[in-house]
Amino acid sequence: MAKILSKREFSPGVKEYTLDAPLIAKKCQAGQFVIIRTDTHGERIPLTIADFDRDGGTITIVVQEVGNSTKHLGESFGVGDEILDLLGPLGRPSHIENFRTAICIGGGIGVAPVYPIARELKKAGNKIISIIGARNKDLIIFEEKMRATSDELFITTDDGSIGRKGFVTDPLREILRAGGKPGLVLAIGPVVMMRNVAAVTKEYGVYTVASLNSIMVDGTGMCGGCRVAVGDETKFVCVDGPEFDAHLVDFTNLMQRQQMYKEQEALEYSCGGHCQCL
Amino acid sequence: MPVDRHPMPEQPAGVRNKNFDEVALGYDLETAFAEAGRCLQCQNALCQTGCPVNIDIPRFIKNLREKDMASSIAVLKSKNSLPAVCGRVCPQESQCEEKCVLGRRGQPIAIGRLERFVADYAREQQLGLAPAAAAEEKNRGKVAIVGSGPAGLTVAGDLSRMGYGVTIFEALHEPGGVLMYGIPQFRLPKEIVQYEISQLKLLGVKIEVNMVIGRSYTIGELLEEEGFDAVFIGTGAGLPHFMNIPGENLNGVYSANEFLTRANLMRSYKFPFVATPLVVGKKAAVIGAGNVAVDAARTAKRLGADAVSIVYRRSEKEMPARNEEIEHAKEEGIVFHLLTYPVKIIGNDKGWATAMECVRMELGEPDASGRRSPKEIKNSNFLLDADTVIVAIGQGPNPLIPTTTKGMDANKRGNIIADENGRTTRDGVFAGGDIVTGAATVISAMGAGKAAAKSIHEYIMSKRANPDK
Repeated sequence: MAKILSKREFSPGVKEYTLDAPLIAKKCQAGQFVIIRTDTHGERIPLTIADFDRDGGTITIVVQEVGNSTKHLGESFGVGDEILDLLGPLGRPSHIENFRTAICIGGGIGVAPVYPIARELKKAGNKIISIIGARNKDLIIFEEKMRATSDELFITTDDGSIGRKGFVTDPLREILRAGGKPGLVLAIGPVVMMRNVAAVTKEYGVYTVASLNSIMVDGTGMCGGCRVAVGDETKFVCVDGPEFDAHLVDFTNLMQRQQMYKEQEALEYSCGGHCQCL
Repeated sequence: MPVDRHPMPEQPAGVRNKNFDEVALGYDLETAFAEAGRCLQCQNALCQTGCPVNIDIPRFIKNLREKDMASSIAVLKSKNSLPAVCGRVCPQESQCEEKCVLGRRGQPIAIGRLERFVADYAREQQLGLAPAAAAEEKNRGKVAIVGSGPAGLTVAGDLSRMGYGVTIFEALHEPGGVLMYGIPQFRLPKEIVQYEISQLKLLGVKIEVNMVIGRSYTIGELLEEEGFDAVFIGTGAGLPHFMNIPGENLNGVYSANEFLTRANLMRSYKFPFVATPLVVGKKAAVIGAGNVAVDAARTAKRLGADAVSIVYRRSEKEMPARNEEIEHAKEEGIVFHLLTYPVKIIGNDKGWATAMECVRMELGEPDASGRRSPKEIKNSNFLLDADTVIVAIGQGPNPLIPTTTKGMDANKRGNIIADENGRTTRDGVFAGGDIVTGAATVISAMGAGKAAAKSIHEYIMSKRANPDK
């Protein structure tokens, strides 16, 4: 059981939760994730850790309500409520070293998991250039946190309502074209965004890591549902990842696999698998 | 003239292949007494030697036929913490029943069915309940058990009865391991597994779910920081193997682990009343012919696939699944494509599987396992329609604990190296079940658990006697 200590809405359908989770807060490292299950009928939902407070014994997750289970969480759970199951930390921590310059790119709610990694990279001595993007101003999250941990921050929106109009790849391309040679580009966000970032950095031969969000069940290496083609190999995102060399990831396959339960998701509404109306 | 063993009543095949209720319905009281009456009560009971946990089989049967049910369940429980489970899923035909002298001239006594009967009867009548244990009685030492499958539960039961404080750490949200996520409801109802586990809790066993050892705590931390005197690792064979053929990452292709975990642990067969979905198409093909493969095929049928087949590269004789399960599957309409080997899964432009390209095989010389090795027949390729493909060719050990535990060796397959008493190469760390042997049976894991419990007891006793050693 994990109690919700705070909850706030960034934009409709995007919420941040702080959970009472002392053991996970003590053990987790940047780049790792947790799995939650809201109640006995719920499914297991993997969520990247967006922040943690070791002394306070809390972790922060940011949830975009994309499916029934996340909607159920958003609609039915408030401060003081308990989430039935919380498992973690899972996955391999991010590889942190001094790359001299690291470009940290987050798209949509992908900015949330980028933040603790950027913070660790900064501590390791890197110059941090961050690029955060979203469809519009309302969907930009973690702006202040990212500003505080970055040497330079770019914001892009599809409609230009804040920052530059365009995509995260625009400032990235300019930096690389101008001769910037980052040792690392980190990209977390929608698969299309990560694929586009990888395509740009590949031209310049810049090492790029993407953190993947595949469909999972157990999250401990048991089911293989999260498998993804990386180079010539099949990897499990839950135990081999979630971060992989973005130039080797088969993003097309990842996108297709994310669609596997689209029809089933459309079947129920906001009952999060507690449907009594059929 | 010997009397034949009494048949097990079952749901009719055409009914049961559409529901998740238990297939075998169990003996009634009268049948159980009659079957128990066939037992010869041998002085030198060979059946007992065939039991990996050494149940006093003649005695529990004698108690049964004397209608002393409380003693009968006590005999079972003294050696086996999970009799209702073992009575259902043990391969008795190759263990206790194989040794039964009645089997030489007729049919062996139905030991498994009687074990199941006694366990079910005791549960329904609330007989032989575990005595509630006071915490202060558990003062012989503290033992951590990693994994709550058959091996871990056995160690927990045995050590708890000896007076140890036992904590089980389970990564999933419900205890039971493969009994919960792997074996389907129609073969092993989950309510029964949870009842057996509740009995262990009464004995004083603590179970912490959602704890992934290797991440939440390492084995080293359990011993050095969390105050455990010993650790038992029973994490099973949870890493699914794939074929490594083209198309395996298409949608509609599952590992048997994923397919069964969704169906069993997550109860996808109740979707959308529960949230976890499972997509089953019209034509399902399961690769492999072990018990897991047969479970997956029968589950796919129940989830609505019109045609379900099992694709196996050898012949019927070599199929590793229990005969009883294979027969059940055939009755339920599962088709077997034998001497058939998939080489490629073909998909459509949306990334969904549509068919499997297979080749025909023939059997050659016996290989290292003693089974005739299959060889491909050239130019025998053909297409088998399949929009759901379930890969059930075996599981390996999850690497998380072997790679995060210093001083504990694993072999090149990743299985933890342990002796017959469960001792690993690290002091105070024991292991047993599939994590040591590779995928095997529930009862062999329980046998390993029994040996490890004894060995852990000896280890802690000797350490207490010689604290400086």
